Amino acid sequence: RDCQQTDIKYLSGWKQWKRTSSKSLKKVLNEVKELSSYLELWRHDIHSIEGKFGTGIQSYFSFLRFLVLLNFIIFILMFSFVTLPSVISKYGVFNSSFVKIPPKNTEPHCTYYKPSGNKGIVYFYTYLKDLLSGTGFLEVTSLFYGYYTIDAAWISMLRYNLPLAYLLATFAYLALSLIWIIKRSVEGFKQNLVHAEDQFQSYCNKVFAGWDFCITDPNAARLKHRSLQYELQTDLEEERLKRKIADRTMKEKLRIYSLRIFINIIVIAVLSGCFYSIYRATVFSQENSNVSIRHGIRRNSVANLLVQYLPSIVITLANFIAPQIFSFLIRFEDYSPAFEIRLTLLRCVFVRLANIGVLLFSLWSQISYCATDECKACGYNYELYPCWESEVGQEMYKLMIFDFIIILAGVLFMDFPRKLLVTHCSCKPVQWCGLQEFGISDNVLEIIYGQTICWIGTFFSPLLPAIATIKYFIIFYIKKISLIHTRKPAARPIRASSSNFFFLVVLLIGLVLAFIPLGISIAHIPSSKACGPFRSFNTSWAVVPDTIREFPTGLQQVLYGIASEAFAVPFFMVICLIMFYFIALAGAHKRVVEQLREQLVMVSFDPLFCTSKV
Amino acid sequence: RAKAEAARAAMGGSASLLPREALGEYQELTFLSKQEILLAYKRFSELLPKEERENACSARVPKSRILTLPELRANPFQHRICRVFSTSDDGDDSMSFEDFLDMLSAFSDSATPDVKSHYAFRIFDFDDDGTLDRKDLEKLVNCLTGQGEESRLSNAEMEQLIRNILEESDIDKDGTINLSEFQHVVSRSPDF
Repeated sequence: RDCQQTDIKYLSGWKQWKRTSSKSLKKVLNEVKELSSYLELWRHDIHSIEGKFGTGIQSYFSFLRFLVLLNFIIFILMFSFVTLPSVISKYGVFNSSFVKIPPKNTEPHCTYYKPSGNKGIVYFYTYLKDLLSGTGFLEVTSLFYGYYTIDAAWISMLRYNLPLAYLLATFAYLALSLIWIIKRSVEGFKQNLVHAEDQFQSYCNKVFAGWDFCITDPNAARLKHRSLQYELQTDLEEERLKRKIADRTMKEKLRIYSLRIFINIIVIAVLSGCFYSIYRATVFSQENSNVSIRHGIRRNSVANLLVQYLPSIVITLANFIAPQIFSFLIRFEDYSPAFEIRLTLLRCVFVRLANIGVLLFSLWSQISYCATDECKACGYNYELYPCWESEVGQEMYKLMIFDFIIILAGVLFMDFPRKLLVTHCSCKPVQWCGLQEFGISDNVLEIIYGQTICWIGTFFSPLLPAIATIKYFIIFYIKKISLIHTRKPAARPIRASSSNFFFLVVLLIGLVLAFIPLGISIAHIPSSKACGPFRSFNTSWAVVPDTIREFPTGLQQVLYGIASEAFAVPFFMVICLIMFYFIALAGAHKRVVEQLREQLVMVSFDPLFCTSKV
Repeated sequence: RAKAEAARAAMGGSASLLPREALGEYQELTFLSKQEILLAYKRFSELLPKEERENACSARVPKSRILTLPELRANPFQHRICRVFSTSDDGDDSMSFEDFLDMLSAFSDSATPDVKSHYAFRIFDFDDDGTLDRKDLEKLVNCLTGQGEESRLSNAEMEQLIRNILEESDIDKDGTINLSEFQHVVSRSPDF
């Protein structure tokens, strides 16, 4: 206060006015920030979790909140551009109507598609079964691709091109997710780059910034102490290990490398086993599910439901067993502890995301399996899959529902009984097992897996993001209750800064992996001729060149120019040059930092410099 | 829910006790928002005995009562924090309301890293000599790992750790860390 008042005396009138105006501006900004913080979802819940369990676990819940918001925005996007116009035009609201252009140049047998819906007297459990498997009455709703069999919608004099809107909305939500994730991860990336560049900083970081000042609970404080002690000891241990590794003899190195190659072969074998079993399960499930009309009979038994869910079950089993195998195997590979954790995580991430890819691949091999000429004329197996996009949408829907059921079941049947057992049974082995820790990486991989399914599935099932939003909303509360009542804080907590960045990097990998199946579906596989907005096109992508052909010639030429090699190659070279420039700049900055450091050392012996700092 | 109601009622009551100009002044001089200052006032007056609550702004709370706050109770640096933020002349580490606000402001999210690192340096400087030497670092590490014999690092580990810390942060190689070296190393710590 005294400093400020003395400063004010010496400032001129202009500067004083500037100061007061900047102060009032700051006040206004603060008020706005205060108001907007009230709108933030779950602010109080996350704050209390941070106080009890530390910032590592809090970052998981913030990540979950981010996914809820992302899915909600994607849902709004798809709903307003795709579902709303269809619904409006189908019900004739606002003087709207729709146009169904009969597809030209296609064989009539390709266009035959009659989803059964639910006609006549049906039992109640049929509804339940349909709800769980996305067939029956759900298949004809706007949940799935098959509903949008409109080529254009007329909304009071405006012609709305639905196929183009559908495709562009898909690209828009992918681009939006990409940009949002990158924006969020830029912060963490900057910090990680600084941190990784100067790896000698890690001790200072742990010691000076190690205490989490948000902890209010004495139990949590005790655990934090223990974890800090453990971390410091592990780091020192690692340093000693590194020195030991550097002193290894040639014979030992050979032994260890051959052991690692052998273990990697085992890992690849485990992965192939997973992929093959998923492939066989999908093929079996598709061949034996008797719900579509081709067989005429509908078997409403539980066995049928199980067969339908077989791919999901196998994927969940693989996602559960493979990480256990990996964490068992890595002990023999003799890496440093930090690298062990990272490698296991990478392998688990790969397993989870590749499983979805294998499922889709096996679905496609079924869909495009063509023996007859008639089938080849359509481009896909029209008998079994008259509307194959809805089938794929149904598989994604089933995966999502099953994922949700598994998470619920995990909490109900594993966490709570364990807690009951530990509190009421005082025998030694039970007490030694104790409560489970909240494994941040496992939980994060779970929700990233769910999000990847949502990204891939939204093209085939536009209302899927709504289901994902509700699912993650409920999961937040389930996980929070499970955390508070049945878990103990982790003994080796991950740091908040590195974990935020890690979550977003894995999410980005999931998004990029989601591009691949979508790209292949849109651009390569012929769209079904019996349903959907792309009936009159060869592939879903074909609507874009068609639209461009209707543009004025000048614009067409510009667009063709941009897409041609004459533009792409120089553009690529310019981008490379810019990248090299920035790399050189970073190197130069690093050298300047080194020089300044040396200068600091020399200058510090100057007595004048020392007294001014004190 | 009853607690929130009481809190709201208390906040409503205390808002009338804290004069408006003082509130505005505190908002300017610290990094806290109006809501946070009012909450701080309420918490502070709860620490005082009933008779002194009327002029909470000028009363001083003894150190033993400050340490009953949940945020400080679990903190291993509680004594240092009280020592650093207290402006008491008789060295008993009691805190006035303005000291309390200073402390909250330094720890708030909107404080600049400069301010935070300045105060952190003073908190870690156990012997108050203006530099962090080996003894300060040793006490710091022991605070972090917990009280009690089994939670301390062994002598060899402590040596190795202190040697690593000094290697990373001591630029002028004089065996101690001064304020500018500390601020430099902390500015590159992502977790600070």
